[in-house]
Amino acid sequence: MKVLDADKLTDLAAALARAGYRVVAPIEDSGVVRLAEWTEGATIRTDVIPVNSAKDFLFPRSEVIGRWDLDGADFSPRDVQPDATKTVLLAVRPCDAAALALLDTIFNWDYKDDFYNARRRAATVVPMVCTAADEQCFCTSVGGAPDATANADAMLRSADGGAKFILEPLTDKGNALLDAAGDAAREGEAAADPPAEVPHRFDVDAVTEWLSENFESALWTTLSLGCLGCGACAYACPTCHCFDMQDEATRTQSVRLKNWDSCGFGLFTQHAGGHNPRPDQTARWRQRVMHKFSYIPERFQLLGCTGCGRCARLCGAGMSMSEVCRRIADESKKAPAHES
Amino acid sequence: MSPDIDQAATVQQPGGNLYAPMTMTIAEARDETYDTRTLRLEFPGEQERAAFFAKYRVGMFGLYGVPGAGESVFCIASPPTRDRYIECTFRRAGRVTAAIQDREVGQTITFRGPYGNCFPIEEWKGRNIVFIAGGIALPPLRSVIWNVLDRRDEFADVTILYGARTVADLVYKDELADWQKRDDVNLITTVDPGGETEDWKGKIGFVPTVLEQTAPTPKNAVALVCGPPIMIKFSLPILKTLGFAPADTYTTLENRMKCGVGKCGRCNVGSLYVCKDGPVFTIEQVRKLPQDDL
Repeated sequence: MKVLDADKLTDLAAALARAGYRVVAPIEDSGVVRLAEWTEGATIRTDVIPVNSAKDFLFPRSEVIGRWDLDGADFSPRDVQPDATKTVLLAVRPCDAAALALLDTIFNWDYKDDFYNARRRAATVVPMVCTAADEQCFCTSVGGAPDATANADAMLRSADGGAKFILEPLTDKGNALLDAAGDAAREGEAAADPPAEVPHRFDVDAVTEWLSENFESALWTTLSLGCLGCGACAYACPTCHCFDMQDEATRTQSVRLKNWDSCGFGLFTQHAGGHNPRPDQTARWRQRVMHKFSYIPERFQLLGCTGCGRCARLCGAGMSMSEVCRRIADESKKAPAHES
Repeated sequence: MSPDIDQAATVQQPGGNLYAPMTMTIAEARDETYDTRTLRLEFPGEQERAAFFAKYRVGMFGLYGVPGAGESVFCIASPPTRDRYIECTFRRAGRVTAAIQDREVGQTITFRGPYGNCFPIEEWKGRNIVFIAGGIALPPLRSVIWNVLDRRDEFADVTILYGARTVADLVYKDELADWQKRDDVNLITTVDPGGETEDWKGKIGFVPTVLEQTAPTPKNAVALVCGPPIMIKFSLPILKTLGFAPADTYTTLENRMKCGVGKCGRCNVGSLYVCKDGPVFTIEQVRKLPQDDL
């Protein structure tokens, strides 16, 4: 097996960067750990769950999808190529990788979005088995696991009590990455550490079933009271994929941008005529929960949540998706659907 | 609901930029009201024109834009039976629609489409068709009306009930006059109380009220209802009382959209994408959707 010392992850990042990869890793900056492009001297931290998710590098917060030259009233289109920079998503989390099932589906279920696909094809996904979880983690409640290998090209496994990492390739991309790593991962032996124990916090099938019957429940008002409508949860979410399209122009050039958006914002659904199908934060928060746990499962037979807990860690009002789901699951025990 | 791979394939070039529009030339323009304008658009070339009409059916929509301002979604207001151009009619509602309205004849705008599903008019052959429209919602039905009138022999009675807040808000005034003269069209126009002028010859009353008075027969009929949410809300119970089956009553959902192609998530209602599974729905289908305040 291929192993490396735990404190030599930067050597691996450096080797991959030399081999032509853009290396994305959890990097500490001003006391905050974020997934970001690694550059020489940057500190990689694997002991903290990054505030952002790996989606940022496949579906960036803002991306140019159109470009025109402007000349008075005339305009002429210019070619726009998707970003296909060879990238490794290094030491991301299994909950990041789990989200790719949904993103791959959304951007390809009918029409194909090549801006996403080019980045996705160029990405090698190397999650790290979680050996610690915090109180917001709930991957095991939504079909995931701290050592899940879904959508991974290679896995990093903590070993020998945290002293080493095992780098285990799972796909051709993973093998290519191992070749590129060179001496940064050497042949050796190590004993994998046990994955984190992530408590099972709610029965997701009960949640989905309750949602299908309770669009009008009074519980929505209670559940949504804290929501400030800031959208932080959507931006940190590995599966949230809703976007806006906006133009930015100078006198001579215009670009069309695909920008992250959120169903938590009042303007998200507001018609030009003023009517808003989701007129208040209760309707918008309900949409968020329904979309992830009812509508996406109905449409795509997938869940719209990987249990990463990032939304709850960021929420200024202390709202937590796992807490909401737990309360819904409790509610479903109180009032079975056939009695309502 | 399964993906419509065939439609996606016909609209999108493999590996192409899904969001790249065509450049269309404004061949004609006319003001319908103080804030609503109709543009006739010509295709950049024969290949684009033929490709468009190979897939265009009434009910589908497009994204119209001006680089630097953005794109807006509205209906295609002309039918596939008039296949040299497309027309759109839209209200000046914000930055993008203002930028499009301010383009002159001979200048260009961008267009993507056609997207979405369509009215199943081939299933309506031999049936009576009742159109009920309010205000700026006549344009999405106008494509159906002209499609039906261009193939008049294939359909039975045609009834059009069209209302607006005031006489000044009525669109397609010339066409309304044409339809009024035809003996194979029953046109009823109305304006809201207080919206009439001294020489107004149509009815005075809200659309649902006039619908109740007019009482079109549901026998062998389909009804199409497009208008502001409040008009639809009060028209549906009357159609039901008259005996129109929810499965024979159609509307278009006018949800806000950005991408038009089932990605951006904005138009979601329940598990549906209005841009892909709609915009045309029967009332039977709408009733099954989560009742966000549609």
